[in-house]
Amino acid sequence: MRYLPHTPDDIASMLRAVGAKDLDGLFPTIPENCRRTGDMKLPEPLTEWELTAYLGALSERVAVSPEYKVFMGAGSYEHYIPQSVSFLLSRSEFVTAYTPYQPEMSQGTLQAIYEYQTMVARLLGMEVANASIYDGASALAEALLMAVRITRKKRVAVSSLVHPLYRRVVRTYFEPAGYELVELPFRKNGTTDLSPVDHMDGLAALAVQSPNFFGCIENLGEAAEKIHKNEGLFITSFTEPLAYGLLKSPGVQGADIACGEGQSFGIPQSFGGPVLGMFAGKMKYVRSMPGRLVGKTMDREGKEGFVLTLATREQHIRREKATSNICTNNSLCALTAAMYMASAGRTGMRELASINHDKAEYLKKELKKAGVGIPFDSPTFNEFVVEFPADFESTYRRLMEKRIVAGFPLASFYPELAGHYLFCVTETKTREDMDALVKEITP
Amino acid sequence: MKESLGTTGLILNEPLLWEKGKSGRCGISLPRHDVDPAPLDKDLTTEGPDLPDLSEVDVVRHYTRLSQWNFGVDSGMYPLGSCTMKYNPKINEKLANLKGFSGAHPLLPAHLSQGVLKLMFELEQFLAEITGMDAVTLQPAAGAHGELTGMMLIHAYHKKKGGHRSKIIVPDTAHGTNPASAALCGYRPVPVRSNEQGILSTGAVAELMDEDTAGIMVTNPNTLGLFEENIKKIAEIVHSKGGLVYCDGANMNAVMGIVSMGEIGVDVLHLNLHKTFSTPHGGGGPGSGPVCVRKHLIPFLPVPRIIEKNGAYALSSEFPESIGKLQAFYGNFGVMIKAYCYIRSMGPVNLRKASQLAVLNANYIKENLKKVFHLPYDRNCMHECVFSDKFQNAYKITTLDMVKRLMDYGFHPPTIYFPLVVSGAMMIEPTETESKETIDLFIDSLKAVANEAKENPDLLRQAPGRCKVTRLDEVSAARHPCLAG
Repeated sequence: MRYLPHTPDDIASMLRAVGAKDLDGLFPTIPENCRRTGDMKLPEPLTEWELTAYLGALSERVAVSPEYKVFMGAGSYEHYIPQSVSFLLSRSEFVTAYTPYQPEMSQGTLQAIYEYQTMVARLLGMEVANASIYDGASALAEALLMAVRITRKKRVAVSSLVHPLYRRVVRTYFEPAGYELVELPFRKNGTTDLSPVDHMDGLAALAVQSPNFFGCIENLGEAAEKIHKNEGLFITSFTEPLAYGLLKSPGVQGADIACGEGQSFGIPQSFGGPVLGMFAGKMKYVRSMPGRLVGKTMDREGKEGFVLTLATREQHIRREKATSNICTNNSLCALTAAMYMASAGRTGMRELASINHDKAEYLKKELKKAGVGIPFDSPTFNEFVVEFPADFESTYRRLMEKRIVAGFPLASFYPELAGHYLFCVTETKTREDMDALVKEITP
Repeated sequence: MKESLGTTGLILNEPLLWEKGKSGRCGISLPRHDVDPAPLDKDLTTEGPDLPDLSEVDVVRHYTRLSQWNFGVDSGMYPLGSCTMKYNPKINEKLANLKGFSGAHPLLPAHLSQGVLKLMFELEQFLAEITGMDAVTLQPAAGAHGELTGMMLIHAYHKKKGGHRSKIIVPDTAHGTNPASAALCGYRPVPVRSNEQGILSTGAVAELMDEDTAGIMVTNPNTLGLFEENIKKIAEIVHSKGGLVYCDGANMNAVMGIVSMGEIGVDVLHLNLHKTFSTPHGGGGPGSGPVCVRKHLIPFLPVPRIIEKNGAYALSSEFPESIGKLQAFYGNFGVMIKAYCYIRSMGPVNLRKASQLAVLNANYIKENLKKVFHLPYDRNCMHECVFSDKFQNAYKITTLDMVKRLMDYGFHPPTIYFPLVVSGAMMIEPTETESKETIDLFIDSLKAVANEAKENPDLLRQAPGRCKVTRLDEVSAARHPCLAG
């Protein structure tokens, strides 16, 4: 086996050195009644070429672009990934390193993550960002737990237009600890109804997603004001970071913690993971933050360098009193996002965001023209909700046979929205793609 | 000693991104703007985030230079204890990037994602077989996430049984993530000390186990690299009081095909695909932390679960007792592909051999270095061995000094100052993918360092001398945090 370098001679001489008769003799400390009986029932080894053929065949049984036109986002977005980013990610000095516990040998990872933290903080208008959380959903759960710790209150309000799966994750994190989650309803225009917040006592935090699950841009400033009056923290969530290439940042609008999904920044969709939990906050709360942080420092010769820092928050030092149990995070995904942000820059990010917005507006307009309902009239970014007549389901299936996924049906998450579909348009869809879609929908 | 691996070479300085950028450059190919502009209300927008503008060449040079300041498994031996830094096969990287996998939208209907679902379903079965457990969830994103999932499963189990339990037993050798994960579920970790042999005694567990204790979190093999010989008895004690046994499987690399976790009394176990199953660690993730359970915990597993019917695969959330979800989607699929490829490339015989060779390498290092460094538990070890700096303290040299000097010899340091029960611990895990020649050079290098500790201790205190930077000031970094530029 090519990954196992030991020759029979090596094994023999090493066994002699350790005083064992054979390889089975290396385990005298495992009692007989703890030994496995019988071999593992696993398939026999494949050659590199057999494996490639097998995986190739499996991968062909999945609907992906360009063969399929997928007009579906809902928390996972198809964006072009620059070849330079993919290429740089094959640098195995990044890929095959561990968490940078030994900074002198890990300056590459450390500077890159410091830069990532800085760019995320700037994108979101926050003072400090961590080195990453697993995904947007777990980032929101961690943010709410952080607010519970800071305020010592055990109840949070979360918009029902926060991604439904994110809310499910928050509930899972909250259940064993016994914290309470109250959901806020949404209004006719597709944004959160914030009015209940005024009358709620003991809120640790309010969480609002913008653009929200329906693609609508929320009034974050108003939400911030309400929850701050109520002495809770304002948490903003997002699934599409590219929106902040164009939109006012959460920080400018009063967020105490801004967190969400960073997959759009150069990370493949990969059936939902690995992706990137972005997490940023105000500096005054930094010691309550979860996750790794990289800081700048000096070496003994006065040369600038970077280290993991504020470890006294973390599990390996504080154990059960840590701010989170997180250890391995999604560092390589953070590196990817950093490469992507650096490649796009202010100029590219804003232009790309505008293209996404304009294309989605084009499809919205064309669908409207074709007589399809657009139920929510709030401004949107690159996603929006469409209301079809009840018999659309058969059209939806027919389109799939034609290799078009016409949005995401909302009824499974919002039973009251039967016949409503969430559409997404990114820069990967051309005007022709959209015209073809409209034509298919309204023959 | 053969010639040292460590040498000096030209690396390049590279400023921070924003010191390099120049407004007006752009490093991506912008797609065509083939529709009319439809500007948003000015109140909602800005002129774009404050990111530096760079060309594609700028970005490529930047990250290429940074990568050259790093050390990975592909650079050399990386014997971080409990981290299992084995070789990461290249074919796995290639196959994880197949368009049908990397381009898959997670909300595709089942009939459009059969290839993905089949792979995940089979991987669950393989992991169940390797661990001897009954069912697996692939959803947790990392080891600590798996621990949290496991704790939630235990919590849900006790809740269903109608009893709330407030404590959980955690050995003093446990990873810090263990008590932190337990605390997230509202459990108070009760420490149990390991005995003079470095393992848990049945008596110590029996003394603590009661009906207010949810169970025990045990790492086996433990972080001293020792097999918990009393595990079967301990499991019986815990079970007799209605508790459950959680096993941290971070060290599974020592026992594949040798121990069946299900048979020794483990109820729930997490694996680290980025350790045992060869997926790269990425400088701190992404990992993947599948959780394997025995039958009685299956109803509580996270949703959705992958189900198979007549060769067709689907995702199902029809499990009313499920704890819920740990991530928005199904876990780190991109990592799962690599672990799947590893298992299919190795087959049952080579997986078992990998564990045997990992144990052989660790014992070989232990035997060759135990005269040079203090070995607090001189017993047969599993996949790692733990030394201390006791002998070198005589020269006012610490573990930190020694491992910094080891860098100059071209090796990544082992895990240090952990486990906490060994003062000045040096925890060495070579893994099976290091050859005898590399290990011999590693042993010679550590011997040379130990010799320098005696002869020229200042050299160690000044180390490293061949890295991009000298020793960094971690204290002032924490005292005056500068976390963004």
